[in-house]
Amino acid sequence: MIRVILPAHLKNLAGITGVLDLEIATAATQRSVLDAVERAYPMLRGTIRDHASGKRRPFVRFFACGQDVSHEQADAPLPEAVSLGREPFMVIGAIAGG
Amino acid sequence: MSHVRVLVGTKKGAFILTSDGRRSQWKVEGPLFGGWEIYHLKGSPADPDRLYASQSSGWFGQLVQRSSDGGRTWEPVGNAFTYDGIAGTHQWYDGTAHPWEFKRVWHLEPSIEDPDTVYAGVEDAALFKSADGGKTWAELSGLRKHGTGPRWQPGAGGMCLHTILLDPVNKGRMFVAISAAGAFRSDDHGATWRPINKGLRSEHIPDPTAEVGHCVHRIALHPSRPEVLFMQKHWDIMRSDDSGDSWREVSGNLPSDFGFPIEVHAHEPETIYVVPIKSDGEHFPPDGKLRVYRSRTGGGEWEALTKGLPQKDCYVNVLRDAMAVDSLDACGIYFGTTGGQVYASRDSGDTWEPIVRDLPAVYSVEVQTLR
Repeated sequence: MIRVILPAHLKNLAGITGVLDLEIATAATQRSVLDAVERAYPMLRGTIRDHASGKRRPFVRFFACGQDVSHEQADAPLPEAVSLGREPFMVIGAIAGG
Repeated sequence: MSHVRVLVGTKKGAFILTSDGRRSQWKVEGPLFGGWEIYHLKGSPADPDRLYASQSSGWFGQLVQRSSDGGRTWEPVGNAFTYDGIAGTHQWYDGTAHPWEFKRVWHLEPSIEDPDTVYAGVEDAALFKSADGGKTWAELSGLRKHGTGPRWQPGAGGMCLHTILLDPVNKGRMFVAISAAGAFRSDDHGATWRPINKGLRSEHIPDPTAEVGHCVHRIALHPSRPEVLFMQKHWDIMRSDDSGDSWREVSGNLPSDFGFPIEVHAHEPETIYVVPIKSDGEHFPPDGKLRVYRSRTGGGEWEALTKGLPQKDCYVNVLRDAMAVDSLDACGIYFGTTGGQVYASRDSGDTWEPIVRDLPAVYSVEVQTLR
């Protein structure tokens, strides 16, 4: 079980509250986690990763275990605590004014 | 009894203002999609309960929302806007070639006949069409690829396709406008396009009468006479009597011919409205007076409409998609400001009053007359 925390705007869009719990069959990576998020909530496609490039949107960050893992490779394993569900994978809307 | 529904897009959400046909008491609902930029929302002429909204954010990109019950409930539909084939390049501010990149939807134009067909004008400038209620989008790439695309360049607000006009008489004819490329026409349902900028003169480009490169801010037409087009250009009010084949200036006695919206009276095809703005460097009304100008002669001769509008210390702007008319017997005119007011006139512009005054900056105003 992977636990994912989304920013408020995306929780509203997906119609969810609290932490998102997802089962992932493969290793926990940014790509596998976000693929699972988008399978469960298709309306989130394009909001975290750009439709055309598949890359993280510039003002979206990924945190895990107190670290900013935004610049890690999409297929790099996430920390073990995330893959075991002890720590959440956090999708953050960057502090960027507005 | 008739009702009026005013759809307002703002910097931080959408609002729906409703009234009966008297238009004296207004109910304000919203914000919908609070915190998101709503560049535009508009109802289908074929089914007024079908609405489409462009929802975007600098953080989370573009969404399209659809309602089938007049705005009570909404569902996100397709948001993949992929350019057809190799996207290619356009001119960048420094004159270099810049790759076409999707940024946002500026304008949604539902089909006149089919509630499930809707067009989207986007930045970087292109026209998309959905025939399945917004679930999927396909580019009408004949516009971007007709030949002048590599010479288009962004205006200060980005390189946006902001105006889509569907000709209700000549089936398959449509017009679009792009900042800063100009106006374009298709006569075959959007398959092929050509620039229609002859007669425009723009001193801020190297060749003032170039085929493309003009910063057209808005075009409007009256549905009974769609071959007559009215244009608010960056500077200059223009008129065409031949579907855009040629244009002539009708700025006349306006205090400034810079501005953004232009609109046509619902029942008088020669009565048009603009909101003069001081200049391209100072986006507020001249002399701090918010004045709508009306011409009953299709341009050339203009009168200031001031009753009920602030006539001192007013420094708001009125954006290009933020003016609309209803089609009640006494035509109503509506516009929103960057200061968050939505003003309405029940008498073709003679008098005005704010129907809501403290919204976020207003990006767009559309009106539905419900009978």
